[in-house]
Amino acid sequence: MADVATSRATSPSALAPAGRGAGHKLRTRLVEVAFIVPAVVYLVLFFGYPVVKNVVMGFQEYTTKTFYTGEAPWVGLENYRHVLGDAIFDRTLLNTLLFTAGSIVGQFVLGLAIALFFHKKFALSGVLRSLILLPWLIPMIAGTAVWRWILDTDNGALNRILGAVPFLDAHPNWLTSTSLALVAVIGVNIWLGIPFNMTILYGGLQEIPEELYEAGALDGATGWRAFRHITWPMLRPVVTVVLVLGVVYTLKVLDVILGLTNGGPANSTQTISTFSYDMSFRQFDFGAGAALGNILIVISLVFAVVYLRLNRKAVDE
Amino acid sequence: MSAMVPTRTRAPEGSPAKVKAPRRPVYTVIGIVILAFMLFPLYWMINVSLQPAGNAVATPWLPFDLSLRGYTTAISEQGRNLVTSLLISLGSVVFSLLIATPAAYAMAHFKLGRWATVVLFGILITQMVPGIVVANALYSAYSDLGLLNTLGGLILADSAAGIPFSIILMRAFMGSIPASIVEAAYVDGAGHVRAFFSIVLPMSRNALITAGLFTFLFAWGDFLFALTLTTTADLRPITLGLYTYVGSFVADWSPIMATAVLSSLPAIALLVLAQRYVAAGVTGGAVKS
Repeated sequence: MADVATSRATSPSALAPAGRGAGHKLRTRLVEVAFIVPAVVYLVLFFGYPVVKNVVMGFQEYTTKTFYTGEAPWVGLENYRHVLGDAIFDRTLLNTLLFTAGSIVGQFVLGLAIALFFHKKFALSGVLRSLILLPWLIPMIAGTAVWRWILDTDNGALNRILGAVPFLDAHPNWLTSTSLALVAVIGVNIWLGIPFNMTILYGGLQEIPEELYEAGALDGATGWRAFRHITWPMLRPVVTVVLVLGVVYTLKVLDVILGLTNGGPANSTQTISTFSYDMSFRQFDFGAGAALGNILIVISLVFAVVYLRLNRKAVDE
Repeated sequence: MSAMVPTRTRAPEGSPAKVKAPRRPVYTVIGIVILAFMLFPLYWMINVSLQPAGNAVATPWLPFDLSLRGYTTAISEQGRNLVTSLLISLGSVVFSLLIATPAAYAMAHFKLGRWATVVLFGILITQMVPGIVVANALYSAYSDLGLLNTLGGLILADSAAGIPFSIILMRAFMGSIPASIVEAAYVDGAGHVRAFFSIVLPMSRNALITAGLFTFLFAWGDFLFALTLTTTADLRPITLGLYTYVGSFVADWSPIMATAVLSSLPAIALLVLAQRYVAAGVTGGAVKS
């Protein structure tokens, strides 16, 4: 305590005495600050403020009434009790976990396989590789719209293809059965995520010096062994970043689920993110929605710490 | 699985005698098959959109009986929303670049010391903030400020993805502009502002284009803010238009898919016209900070 007081008292004396060029220097400094201030103000207003506001709202009874009366009474931990005690909370937590883990594993494995394939040189590889990006570039909601029709039980393209397979008598209700909807939603999210994974991993593969493979080949490391002993270790930094970013992005996915199932049937695809949306914008209980949002932030934060540690080099520059 | 790693074929990058890529038709065929699997949904989107009646019956595999009915319906019912999205996205590009470009330059070339670290740290943190948290807080703030259902309100919110992305992307690019070039301008008597406009901006053209294109796509594809910050049909971006369309006319898929195709056109056009910027943006914005 005392230390803080002393250091505060001494700090003003640290100011440099004004020299001759002080006026010019000050002006230059002001111009420099002016370059960066708008961005800082924006980030504070559109990211900093919402986070703080959500933490506060989490302790308030914030409903439609609040918009008329301006009153949001403090309720302590009531919102958290409410959402944690909600019959579907455990389900949303499990769904969030399954959705994230399933999406990440699928996107990563397929993305890596495709990246490795396109790493070989062949005619048209560049063109084909960039066309694979399309699912990632189109609006997510457009992607989910077409998947709804592909996954339709009676007339969807997928079930028609399955129907043509001999001896296979399957006619799954992809989006309307409580046991399959989550699988279908994960599948579509994998499809959406492959291009991003593929592109970043392909970039990582390009960075690995060819000489390593030549040297490895002399020692008999080709094929799978070259992958295990050269490609994978060299790719690891990129892999870590892709996985962590993937987790952080997947935790907050909303479009895919709302577009495909709206969280249904019977909450079988409800995640914390969609549950939070549901609380705030369908039940107009913004306090409970904020509480769920805060829980999501805490989960993301764990991964944020990992991410920031990975990026420390970039930050320190 | 046997040949995971390419056998030695590639000449080192930048080597004068660059060996031409081998043809390897088998790989090209496999590549096309992979692409066909990945792009089948997009084919299906176009196929359904061109069918005369996309009622709840099985869609033919090929659009033999071509019809533009889906598109005429889509344009008459969703045309306004497309214009709304266009205005929002263009506004978002202008606003984001205005804010992000000077900041990126400052972070790359000014001696901001600890400040640069703090801002960069803040940008990385923004990646962790779930959109629903931002929407939740913005809704009540927008309600107080009268920004709900306004073009300006959506432009501001839809820049939330573009601004951090653009700063990171352009900072990496501007960092590679040699300091000596900028310093030469200072020696000639130019201030920061003149050096920025006459030297840095022209040299950063490609980075600006990449940042602008991605900001456009982010804003164009936004669904969350469209869903939460608009409450009437008066101002409705195409993503929300499509979402409500699917909810209400689920029996007739041709106009829905025509709308989906129209909403995907910017991405398709971008990939065809600006391929190299796209690849640079995906890798540049995500990893190389």
